[in-house]
Amino acid sequence: MLLSVEHVTVYRYDRPVRGVVQSHRLMPSKFDGQKVLDWSVTMTGGELGSAFRDGAGDWVQGWTVAGPVDEIEVRVSGRVLTTDLAGILRGHKELVPPEAYLRGTEATFADAALTELAQIIVTADTPLSGCHDLTDAISDAIAYKPGSTRARTTAAEALAQGEGVCQDHAQALISAARAAGIPARYVSGYLQSGQDGMDHEAAHAWGELYIAGIGWIGFDPANRCCPDDRYIRLGSGLDAQNAAPIRGISRGSGSEILSVTVAVQTQEQ
Amino acid sequence: MTPYFNEMFQNNAVRPPYAGLEGWSADMPADIRLAKQAEAEALFRRIGITFAVYGEGGDPDRLIPFDMFPRVFTANEWAKLERGIKQRARALNAFLVDVYGRGEIVRAGRIPRKLVYQNAAYEKAVCGFIPPKGVYSHIVGIDIVRTGPGEFYVLEDNCRTPSGVSYMLESREMMMRMFPDLFRENRIEPIDSYPDKLRRTLASVAPAKCDREPTVVILTPGHFNSAYYEHSFLADLMGVELVEGQDLFVDGAFVYMRTTEGPKRVDVIYRRLDDDYIDPLCFRPDSMLGVPGLMDVYRSGGVSICSAPGAGVADDKAVYTYVPEMIRFYLGEEPILSNVPTWKCGEASDLKYVTENLHELVVKEVHGSGGYGMLVGPKSTKQQVEDFRGLILANPGNYIAQPTLALSTTPTFVEEGIAPRHVDLRPYCLVGERIELVPGGLTRVALREGSLVVNSSQGGGVKDTWVLAE
Repeated sequence: MLLSVEHVTVYRYDRPVRGVVQSHRLMPSKFDGQKVLDWSVTMTGGELGSAFRDGAGDWVQGWTVAGPVDEIEVRVSGRVLTTDLAGILRGHKELVPPEAYLRGTEATFADAALTELAQIIVTADTPLSGCHDLTDAISDAIAYKPGSTRARTTAAEALAQGEGVCQDHAQALISAARAAGIPARYVSGYLQSGQDGMDHEAAHAWGELYIAGIGWIGFDPANRCCPDDRYIRLGSGLDAQNAAPIRGISRGSGSEILSVTVAVQTQEQ
Repeated sequence: MTPYFNEMFQNNAVRPPYAGLEGWSADMPADIRLAKQAEAEALFRRIGITFAVYGEGGDPDRLIPFDMFPRVFTANEWAKLERGIKQRARALNAFLVDVYGRGEIVRAGRIPRKLVYQNAAYEKAVCGFIPPKGVYSHIVGIDIVRTGPGEFYVLEDNCRTPSGVSYMLESREMMMRMFPDLFRENRIEPIDSYPDKLRRTLASVAPAKCDREPTVVILTPGHFNSAYYEHSFLADLMGVELVEGQDLFVDGAFVYMRTTEGPKRVDVIYRRLDDDYIDPLCFRPDSMLGVPGLMDVYRSGGVSICSAPGAGVADDKAVYTYVPEMIRFYLGEEPILSNVPTWKCGEASDLKYVTENLHELVVKEVHGSGGYGMLVGPKSTKQQVEDFRGLILANPGNYIAQPTLALSTTPTFVEEGIAPRHVDLRPYCLVGERIELVPGGLTRVALREGSLVVNSSQGGGVKDTWVLAE
């Protein structure tokens, strides 16, 4: 499928800030399921900083903006040709050993309820079927409700309140999977919006679980499926914050107002 | 009771290295000794050297007691120690480069995967990165104890930012000032080249993008840190800037320091703060102590960070048990310095032995430091032993156990005169383009009679450490 992405993030500061530093994971991953046709990331007034591919295979690009500045726009646009690989991350080069993704974080700490969900994998016929079942169970346990959680809501909190967004689904999934001894990570990316009448989140997130003998496989509890050719993968991490496509900080006392618009559409080839 | 090895007296005779101190200590009248001791304390207080050794906590403004009785090694003894320490520092660095790369030692089954890759100190953000000259740990502090004339054991390795070296330098300074005659009568190897060697070591690992004389800085968490004195002391002696996170900033692909003459590019950062705090964009987002964007610059070769982020996985107490294996695997050599035999409570057979012999063992937390959270079996009450047994059984993987070592003693000035007290040794090995070690280290002494715990937070003091020339 040919997908086009238009992703604009605008930071407005009520008082000008002295400078901004950001670290981006905004390049589509290199693997057999996606091929970049064209892609650009721009930042108003930004100076390109360091860039490198990290051990997890993500392209990291640093940016700095010299102040004073009261508004910054990060614009991502491009086209990606995608192939449905049933969630399997085939042909992705990385060095980080899977076991490094067994470590929990504050946001993915497995409480009693998440540990109980982990039993689905422990008692499953095969780890793979267990991961599918767990994905469905997370989907059932956390209803999609925009605005019901915050950026710092933990997996345990989201499960307890039974509502959340894709970030909460993904964190709950990886938390329970780790509790079952399955290496698991948070993936950020895009999802083609609209079309099937479902209300998707275009700036999307899901989980990847490592199954010995197969490798990393994506599971998306928010949509009860494995990522297919409607998905674009950007990068991964131990939790939402660790995998964030944009991490940044501004120097100054101004408070920040953020607005994000994302459109991911199918294009005729 | 095991007879402790007394480094000065054996079979009613003075061992040769201490010959030059026999008359000195015996002839010193009590009033002179007290006056000298008071002078030393006043000097230490005046220069403000009042901090706890690495991660020991405690009152940061408390003066660590200084004992005037030096601890002495012969040239021969030191030669063996030096070879052993350098060997260990090489192996630890080879291990770090390996586990952040292909992980050959893990593939070969010589160390459990889990112990390395699930280790809290294993930092996936640096996977695939080889720091300049292949060095992760640039200052390796190796804690050594002695149990006999030729018996030395490594207690633990410190690969991150071992502190205490200012005590090594100040103790020598103090002794030379108070007892100049001793330094004329004995041929003592000098240690004052340490700051210069440290600066050269740091400069030698400047990144490839640095095309001029490297600018080195020391990054401190600030004056409230218990080792702040040491940070400013080393900066002074090396002639480099002492900076806090807010003094540095990232612009484009490099790190700069604010100066009165405008921004100045920085090439090597000797940081004295933990990985977690050095860059809020990569590690803890709430850290105010670090430099936003630093890790991106580091990973793309724009700046060097010493010690390299991720170095901590080599000095974990459970990984420690595999250091002899590292030496064999990477260097193809036999370890010159022995490890203390260690039981890992995370392994069932070891756990059984440990819980059955708690009263004879020293039990430590895997990630603990500073003599806290540990059990010294022979020195504990039945109740303390039972309480600790509960802790171990609740989380066995968190504990290791070692035999209670018969730490050597050296003569020490105490209230009643001179008495033997237990000591350890922390030399500081520098690893850059070359591996260097000044002849000496920090000797810590347990001032309480019979105590085996030398940590300053538990009543330990420091001594000058001599290595005699051939």
